Amino acid sequence: MFPPIPNPPVTPTPAKFGEGDLIRRSASNLRVPVEFKEPVAKLIDVSKCIGCKACQAACLEWNELHEEIGTFNGSYTNPPDLTENSLTLMRFTEWVNPETDTLEWLIRKDGCMHCADPGCLKACPAPGAIVQYSNGIVDFDHDRCIGCGYCVKGCPFNIPRISKADHKAYKCTLCSDRVAVGQGPACQKACPTQAIVFGTKTQMKEWAEGRIKDLKSRGYKNAGLYDPPGVGGTHVMYVLQHADQPSLYAGLPDNPRISRIVEAWKGVTKYVGLGVMGFAAIAGALHYLVAGANKVTPEDEANAEKLTEGGRS
Amino acid sequence: MSAPYDVESGDAVHPGHPVQVDRYTVGARINHWITAISLILLAISGLALFHPSLFFLTGLFGGGQMTRTIHPWIGVVLFFSFFGMFLRFWKANLWKSEDGTWMRRIRDVIAGHEEKLPELGKYNAGQKLVFWGMSFLIVVLIASGVVIWNAYFSTFTSIGQQRVALLVHSVAAVAIISLWIVHVYAAIWVKGTISAMTRGQVTGGWAWRHHRKWLRELVSRKTPGSSGTRGTPAE
Repeated sequence: MFPPIPNPPVTPTPAKFGEGDLIRRSASNLRVPVEFKEPVAKLIDVSKCIGCKACQAACLEWNELHEEIGTFNGSYTNPPDLTENSLTLMRFTEWVNPETDTLEWLIRKDGCMHCADPGCLKACPAPGAIVQYSNGIVDFDHDRCIGCGYCVKGCPFNIPRISKADHKAYKCTLCSDRVAVGQGPACQKACPTQAIVFGTKTQMKEWAEGRIKDLKSRGYKNAGLYDPPGVGGTHVMYVLQHADQPSLYAGLPDNPRISRIVEAWKGVTKYVGLGVMGFAAIAGALHYLVAGANKVTPEDEANAEKLTEGGRS
Repeated sequence: MSAPYDVESGDAVHPGHPVQVDRYTVGARINHWITAISLILLAISGLALFHPSLFFLTGLFGGGQMTRTIHPWIGVVLFFSFFGMFLRFWKANLWKSEDGTWMRRIRDVIAGHEEKLPELGKYNAGQKLVFWGMSFLIVVLIASGVVIWNAYFSTFTSIGQQRVALLVHSVAAVAIISLWIVHVYAAIWVKGTISAMTRGQVTGGWAWRHHRKWLRELVSRKTPGSSGTRGTPAE
C-alpha cells in the first residue's frame, strides 16, 4: 500500500506554491523563477480500478459542481463525455484479448494530463488565462478566460470543455488548491483501491515500477507506464496493462504531441503574419516618400473638358 | 465605342469646369462604408486575438469575452455587406486584355508614369485584383470562421478540422489586412480618389488620367436618361 497522505493541520498553513512559481503563462512573457518546486504527479493504475466512480463523485463534490442527470446510452460511461462540470470521467471499454480470448474491462479515468508541454497554454490568446506551475500543474484562471475555445484545439487529449453558461473553459486543476496545502487531489483521496495515488513525480515513477513488475508477473507482459514523451511527459500518468496499445483505453493517444498545425499557427504564422502586414504598411509609406503623390494635372482636366465638349452635340 | 464596356448604373458625366463624373451611387457608398467599418473592426478585434502583444486591443470592445463574442457577428455583417458590393461591382471587374498590359508595365504604374499605360475602363488591374482577392478571402474567412465559432458551431466539425480552420483563418486574415493596406494606400496615393467614395464624384481630369476608356464611354454614351446638371455646360 502506498502510504496515505496525512490530513492537513487544522491551523492555517501557507500555500506551498503560488504566483511566484509560474513557469509558463499563456500569451505572456514570464520571468521564470530561479527555484523550481519538486514536480508532482498523479498515478492512475488502470489495473486496480474497480469502476466505482468515487473519483468522479469526489471531483464534483470538492469543486462544488453538479452534473445534469443525463440519459443511459448503453455504456457505464456516464456522462458520455467530459463536460464543464465533469472534469474527470471513467471511460469503460470492453475488450476481448485475442491472446487469451478473455474479456477485459479496461476502465480509464479520463481528465487533464497536465502535460509538461501544454498545448492548451500555447494556443491560449488571453494573457494569464492558462498557467503552469513549476511543480507541473497546469491551471486555468477563469477570470481571464475569454471563452474562445483555442485551448480545446491546442489540447492533444481533447480535455477542455467550454461552459454553455459562462462561456469559459474548464478542466481538471489537479486540485491545485488542495496540493497547495499538502493534500492530494480529491479523486485520489476518494479512491478505495489506491488505483489513484499522488506524490512527487519521482515517487510515482518508482511506485509504478513496482506495479508494472507485479502485472508482468501475472502475465501482462506489455504492462507499462504511460508518460508520453511527445508532450514532454505528463503529471498525470497511467499504469496500463497493455502499454503497447494505449488506444485500447477509450482512444488514449498512442503518441500524443501538440498538433503541427497548432504549432504553425502559434509559431511561424504569428511572426510572419505581423511581418507581412508591417511590410505592406512600410512599403506604402516609403513609396509615398520616394514617388510622391500621383496628382491629376491641369492638362488632364483640360483634356477631360475638351472630350466632354466634343462628346456633347 | 459602341458596345457597353463597364459603365455601371449611376455612372454619369457632367460637363463643366472642371468636369464632374459620378462614380458611385449613394447606395454603393453606404454599402462600401458598412463593409469598410466592419473590416476595420474585424481586423482590430482579430489582431487582438492573433498576437499576445495586441491583446490590449480587446479593451476597445469591452474586454476579451466581448471581443470573442462580437468578432464573428461583425464578420456576418461584413459578409453580407460585401456580398452586396460584389453584386454591384463584379461585372466591371472582369479581366480585360489591357489588364495584362497594365500588369506587365507594373513598374510604370508604381512610378506614376500613367502616360505609358493603356487606356483603362472603370477599374485598373490592381483594383480588380483587390476586388477578386477580397472576394476570395472573405469567402475563405467566413467559411473557416464559422468552423471556429465555438459558441454555436463547435459540435459540427472535428477538432482536427477546427485546427486547420484556425490556421487558414489567420493566414487569410493576414492576407486580407495586407490587401486592405494596399487598397487604402492606393486611394491615398492617387489624389482625387477618395471623393469617389465620399461625395460619389471624381473630376473629369481624374477619370481622364486613370480611367480614360471609362470616361470616353461615358461621354459617348450620354443617354437622355442621365439628365440632371446636363444643361449648363458653358460656365
